[in-house]
Amino acid sequence: MDMIIDVRDLSFDYNRSPVLDGVDLRIRKGEVLGILGPNGCGKTTLLKNLNKNLQPHGGCVMLDGEDLKDLSKKDIARDIAVVPQSNEIRFAFTVQDIVTMGRMPFMGAFSGETSQDLGIVRDAMERTGILQFKDRHINTMSGGERQRVIIARALAQTPSVLLLDEPTLHLDISTQFDVLDLVRRLSDDEGLTVVIVSHDLSMAVRYCDRVMMLKDHRVFALGTPEEVLTPENMREVFNVDAVLEKDARNGRDTVRIFGSCTGR
Amino acid sequence: MNKLRRSGNIRFVAILAAVLAVTFIFAFLGLGWARWPLSAQVVWDVLLGGGSPVNRTIVLDINLPRVIMAVFVGAGLAISGAVMQALFRNPMASPYILGVSSGAALGAAIGMLFTIPFIPYLIATPLLAFVFCFGTMMLVYSLSRVGGSTHVETLLLSGIAVGAFISAIVSFLTFIAGDRMEGIVFWSMGSLSKASFMNLSIVIPVIVAGLFIILMLSKELNAMMLGDAHAMDLGVDVKRTRLVLLIATTAVTSVSVAFVGVIGFVGLVIPHIVRMLVGPDNRSVIPLSIFAGAAYLVICDYIAHAFSGSVGVMPIGIITALIGGPYFIYLLRRRRHQVGWT
Repeated sequence: MDMIIDVRDLSFDYNRSPVLDGVDLRIRKGEVLGILGPNGCGKTTLLKNLNKNLQPHGGCVMLDGEDLKDLSKKDIARDIAVVPQSNEIRFAFTVQDIVTMGRMPFMGAFSGETSQDLGIVRDAMERTGILQFKDRHINTMSGGERQRVIIARALAQTPSVLLLDEPTLHLDISTQFDVLDLVRRLSDDEGLTVVIVSHDLSMAVRYCDRVMMLKDHRVFALGTPEEVLTPENMREVFNVDAVLEKDARNGRDTVRIFGSCTGR
Repeated sequence: MNKLRRSGNIRFVAILAAVLAVTFIFAFLGLGWARWPLSAQVVWDVLLGGGSPVNRTIVLDINLPRVIMAVFVGAGLAISGAVMQALFRNPMASPYILGVSSGAALGAAIGMLFTIPFIPYLIATPLLAFVFCFGTMMLVYSLSRVGGSTHVETLLLSGIAVGAFISAIVSFLTFIAGDRMEGIVFWSMGSLSKASFMNLSIVIPVIVAGLFIILMLSKELNAMMLGDAHAMDLGVDVKRTRLVLLIATTAVTSVSVAFVGVIGFVGLVIPHIVRMLVGPDNRSVIPLSIFAGAAYLVICDYIAHAFSGSVGVMPIGIITALIGGPYFIYLLRRRRHQVGWT
């Protein structure tokens, strides 16, 4: 399988204390990869290094064979789109305004959006089911609706890689499934490569082709959900007593968590 | 399949046309006002190349530079406010409120009172204004940062505190200057009365360059209004863009302050009204603020003259503050009820 992002020996420090220490990761074209780990393990930092929002202090990140160091932010934004953790927007931009911003990496300083750009914007809104909201103001929408708008904006970037940082954090349970179903479908139908940072184990099993566990600033385990989400690994990384088992209703793998390991 | 349209184009053009019409009407009226009014007929004759020599001098040498100064300074201050509000993600930021105008005033006052070796006065004053203006902006911004993020309240408070302190230094300098600097008092209140073509030869290039740079970055400014992380994800080099924008707004503000003093609240009132009319997209807000700011100062200049009595022409800064102060309070009150930004 072709790889699209190659992380080599990546290190990153915050105030001289290491957050990432020698991370190696090959992300394959078209896969949905989950990056799992407890809070504060460096998941988000890793994600930010993947599109040069942060620059590695050691090692490098290659996108399609080119070092991110040698690419401009604008070049990178043409290939990699991000759905950030916080999407609270206080300004009265319309939904269409926000989604159109996804075309920014393709526009010159004084040029506006072309009819081709508008076509892409419309398409992105349609696929995310927000076309009927296009004139609503973003600051009046709920968290789940805003998340869709930001995903539409990311799609308007016509990226080959989509990075999502805790995409379900502030969403209702049913909306969490809607959002992730949408992302999974985009990957299946269009070959989009997706990287999801999360600490939600059940989500990872359900939606990811491969998962990676981060612990102590390093890659602890990497492989299919069955390979990685063993009771030992889940105890070691998340300190929970949990098993991967088949759901009796549909035969799908699911994570069953019995409780914390503290005090047992 | 129904196609999307770019939102608000017709509205934008209509508002722009209206603003331009107002600017021209009041600019024409302003050309007739010095200490006392000339009739429209006289101004018209002069503009067509006729009129008596005295009237020609009044209209072309005294009133014309003042009206042109109002246009450029108004445009510059309005756009500076629009940029600061977007950069600090704060509807109440403006060069005046954040104290940076006072910083520029301090630099300019030093330039006026002391002879700077080797640099001509006309250059030294705006240059010192720029240096102090930028320094003040950095000081206010760093004072307002608490644990890596900037809060609206701390930003405003630091701006007001630093601004008040620097204003006191300016007043002190004005005081010890005594009679040496005739007109510095008027200047410190914000007045267009010293406008000349000589001053304009410095003001116009700086403001035009600043406006051009800011217009070029208005898309980036949109993305930065969503937050730095959003902007980076959309391919914006946030650090560089922010620095370029801060330098451009500082240059525009300081060159204005250097020649016409502190004219407050233009940068607060105009972008806010423009945003109410066309929404938050800076690709509309920035160009409209340029023209609306010009219109606003030309109108305020007209009011300043129309309400002046035997004492002389009222400094325009008094008018803008009389209008802007209550508007600021209105914004503060409204903020308590809604977080959204119109």
